[in-house]
Amino acid sequence: MIAEAGLAALWLAAALSLLGLFLSIAHVRGTLEADKAVRALAIVQGLLCLFAFAMLLLVFARTDLSVALVAENSHSAKPLIYKVAGAWGNHEGSMLLWVTVLGLSGAALAALSHRLPSRTLIAALGAQAALALGFHAFLLFASNPFARLNPPAPEGRGLNPLLQDPGLAFHPPTLYLGYVGLSVAFSLAVGALLGGEVNRQLARAMRPWVLGAWIFLTLGITAGSYWAYYELGWGGWWFWDPVENASLMPWLAATALLHSVAVLAARNALKAWTMMLAVIAFSMSMIGTFLVRSGILTSVHAFAVDPLRGSFILGLLAVYVTAAFLLFAVRAPTLREGAPFEPVSREAAIVANNLLLTVILGVVFIGTLYPLLAEATTGEKLSVGAPYFNAVAGPLAILLGILLAVGPLLSWRREGRPVLRRLALPGLFAATALAITFFAIPQSGLLPKFGLALAAGLIPATIIPLIGRNPLRTPLATWGMAIAHLGAAVAVAGMAADSAFTTEKLTAAKPGETVEVGPWLVEFTGVTPAVGPNWTAVEAELRATRGSGVHVLKPQTRFFTNPPTETNEAAIDTLLSGQLYTVVGRSDAEGRWQLRLWWKPLVTLIWFGGGLIGLGGLLALAGHARRAWRRRMAQ
Amino acid sequence: MRAMAFALALVLAAPALADSNLPPAYWAYRQLPDPKQEEKAQALMEELRCLVCQGQSIADSDADLAGDMRDLVRRRIAAGEKPEAIRAWLIERYGDWISYRPTAEPINWPLWAAPVILLIFGGAMVAGRIRRKRS
Amino acid sequence: MAEADGPVSRALRLLPIILTVWILGTFAWRLIQPDDPTIRSQLVNREVPAFDLPAAVPGATGLKSADLATGRPRLLNLFASWCVPCVAEAPVLAEIHRRGVEIDGIAIRDTPGAVGAFLGRHGNPYSRIGSDPTSRAQLALGSAGVPETFVIDGKGVMRLQHVGPIYESDIPAILEALEKAR
Repeated sequence: MIAEAGLAALWLAAALSLLGLFLSIAHVRGTLEADKAVRALAIVQGLLCLFAFAMLLLVFARTDLSVALVAENSHSAKPLIYKVAGAWGNHEGSMLLWVTVLGLSGAALAALSHRLPSRTLIAALGAQAALALGFHAFLLFASNPFARLNPPAPEGRGLNPLLQDPGLAFHPPTLYLGYVGLSVAFSLAVGALLGGEVNRQLARAMRPWVLGAWIFLTLGITAGSYWAYYELGWGGWWFWDPVENASLMPWLAATALLHSVAVLAARNALKAWTMMLAVIAFSMSMIGTFLVRSGILTSVHAFAVDPLRGSFILGLLAVYVTAAFLLFAVRAPTLREGAPFEPVSREAAIVANNLLLTVILGVVFIGTLYPLLAEATTGEKLSVGAPYFNAVAGPLAILLGILLAVGPLLSWRREGRPVLRRLALPGLFAATALAITFFAIPQSGLLPKFGLALAAGLIPATIIPLIGRNPLRTPLATWGMAIAHLGAAVAVAGMAADSAFTTEKLTAAKPGETVEVGPWLVEFTGVTPAVGPNWTAVEAELRATRGSGVHVLKPQTRFFTNPPTETNEAAIDTLLSGQLYTVVGRSDAEGRWQLRLWWKPLVTLIWFGGGLIGLGGLLALAGHARRAWRRRMAQ
Repeated sequence: MRAMAFALALVLAAPALADSNLPPAYWAYRQLPDPKQEEKAQALMEELRCLVCQGQSIADSDADLAGDMRDLVRRRIAAGEKPEAIRAWLIERYGDWISYRPTAEPINWPLWAAPVILLIFGGAMVAGRIRRKRS
Repeated sequence: MAEADGPVSRALRLLPIILTVWILGTFAWRLIQPDDPTIRSQLVNREVPAFDLPAAVPGATGLKSADLATGRPRLLNLFASWCVPCVAEAPVLAEIHRRGVEIDGIAIRDTPGAVGAFLGRHGNPYSRIGSDPTSRAQLALGSAGVPETFVIDGKGVMRLQHVGPIYESDIPAILEALEKAR
């Protein structure tokens, strides 16, 4: 009954989006006054999707084995949190989550939008309904999460052990709120190009949506990176894998869009560019969804490989993206741009920032698809991996970092050269740090050296906009900007430190032996069995010292039975100065156990920085929300 | 106590999930004694693709063949061979596909040219937006 | 950005659409023609690389690359006792050997005891069997797994690589390749 209720809700929601689409077309053409109706339909549709998703969670929580999806992906012995999170740990369930976020975004847009002219809003809701229609069709016809299994299975097949982790509870929902949340920006752009005007008002209305989606995307990617880092056991935090790139590309577009929208709101300029970015950002989300689910690119993270479903998504992609670009091509000439910018002004800095972000986006896009394009054109197989992306995106990111120091200090409209004097001290820090790296770590590459120098200069530089101001009277948005930029600087520091200072020790040790890694002496005391709710493990005990105090780490190799798999559970000790990362492998015939030990100074700054970026965004969003609230109260 | 021993025995018996009949090669999970050589070897291993995995380098893979490839790389570096020569030897046998660093062959020129072209193109578009400084 | 409706501006606005169509077209191509994940050796039509392997079982002879240039085409088969498809392939190899083809084997990552048991259970069509405990010869040949079989001509040049087990239906193609290699 529960599953059928969920399915019925989805059908109803699909029907309502169709109705909403027709009504909004009629409204925009002037044939009908349907403002309230379209808004109401969007809200109801969103709530119906939420209901369907809740039904899915319920069947997973109860391990209802008469639902095919539960039988394929769950098991009655799983802990409850993984039963529920397992609902989105598979293709159909995660697609339902996707559609639910799409519906809820439309509902939120309909409920919370008060500043947009009716035509623009209704056109945007129409675009959102068109998106929902296509993805509902995909869900209902090609990925039904509520399909029944008759007779019910005696037991489920279990959830992949790599997914039985808190990361699964957090990473996909956050990421989807981000990338599917960008649909609102897409719809608003389409709506404005179709039915309304591209101006300050649009920018102010779009900004909180872009900011909100961007915050979730930032946190989702940061969480995903940390999850892969501790779960996969190789000490790496980013592999430039196609699935990772698929989540990075919308983020790059959204960051550029965020800054572009600020220019549109402040100077009524960069209209065409902002609309284009809004279309590109969600298009990247859709392309990402396609790449990850169709199986056309090989990846460690690919979780669904189904060319038939891939074709359906490709069809949707083709329709939505081409239509949006066509609309843009037709309407762009009607957008009246303002006067050119002063060369050293905030808007010029943002234009440069957009340029760099877009080039990085372009390079990641090309690099990810190049093997496929090369094979389609010439038949040759080649690989494009980390060496390419690091070599190309790295220097561009350094340039972007320099811009981050300069931009916030410049004012709108005005020539800002004198202001750059405030950067003398950070500049000095950066130069000194760079010199030090050449003496202290001559063996590390150029990129980590420049990264460390950049971080040394950038961390103080991002605080400068706050110096000399009354903290209580500084707008929240300014705090947000400073903290988000600080977060970026901190993340860069972590990335560079990881490249430059990490030491690794690979060894085969007998119990009782001591191994050295960096400044640490690690004693391997022995191996014991361990047992968990649905696994057994071989657990090693390591006692690490560095001067005073002993840190005990217990890495494991775990064996699951449903499905039968072996995983490495790294033991990580987090200190203020870095992380000790340990993995135990197999034993050989003589009783020596493989140990992999890393000492990673300052590596946690990477994710701490990511968190700060998200926090900065939240502060900015809170600032905008407070101002909007005050304005509404004053009316 | 007996239960513990039994459990340990059971758990140690489980690694029949290994592929082949032999343990990993000598240098698959050991670092070279010379840190500079180990660094060169590690840098090369991160750029070579695992033949039997779904998109991992041999540095990150636990597959037997990946271990054998690491053994090969370390032995050759220890013998004084340059990383480029080892990469070329492998490319000779498996094609460009095995190198995560795109080669300098003509087929990859658009790839390396892309950032430059994008910057110039983008820069030109942006230049129109910036006012020339009046003298 | 360039102003309103000039030809440059129109080209710029059409560029995203052209790129989109090209890329989506490539995606469609890949969906229709799925990727063949088999990794093939690039050394086909080149001389067998040098290797020298000890015997895989006591009593058998080891295998050197020089042994493969006998003046007559022969097969080089990479196998292992832990390899499940190799069991399926064993009778087919026996049949090919029965038809007068000489086969040399390389046992990958295997122990003499296990190889001996495998040959005892499934037959031994091999003239020589080399032991490759660390996949060194396998890597030198450009092979990526077991079972694989190479057709080698009289001069020691590799003429064909067959990836995966040889099924009965593959016998004609293998024999044809051996004929062509004379």
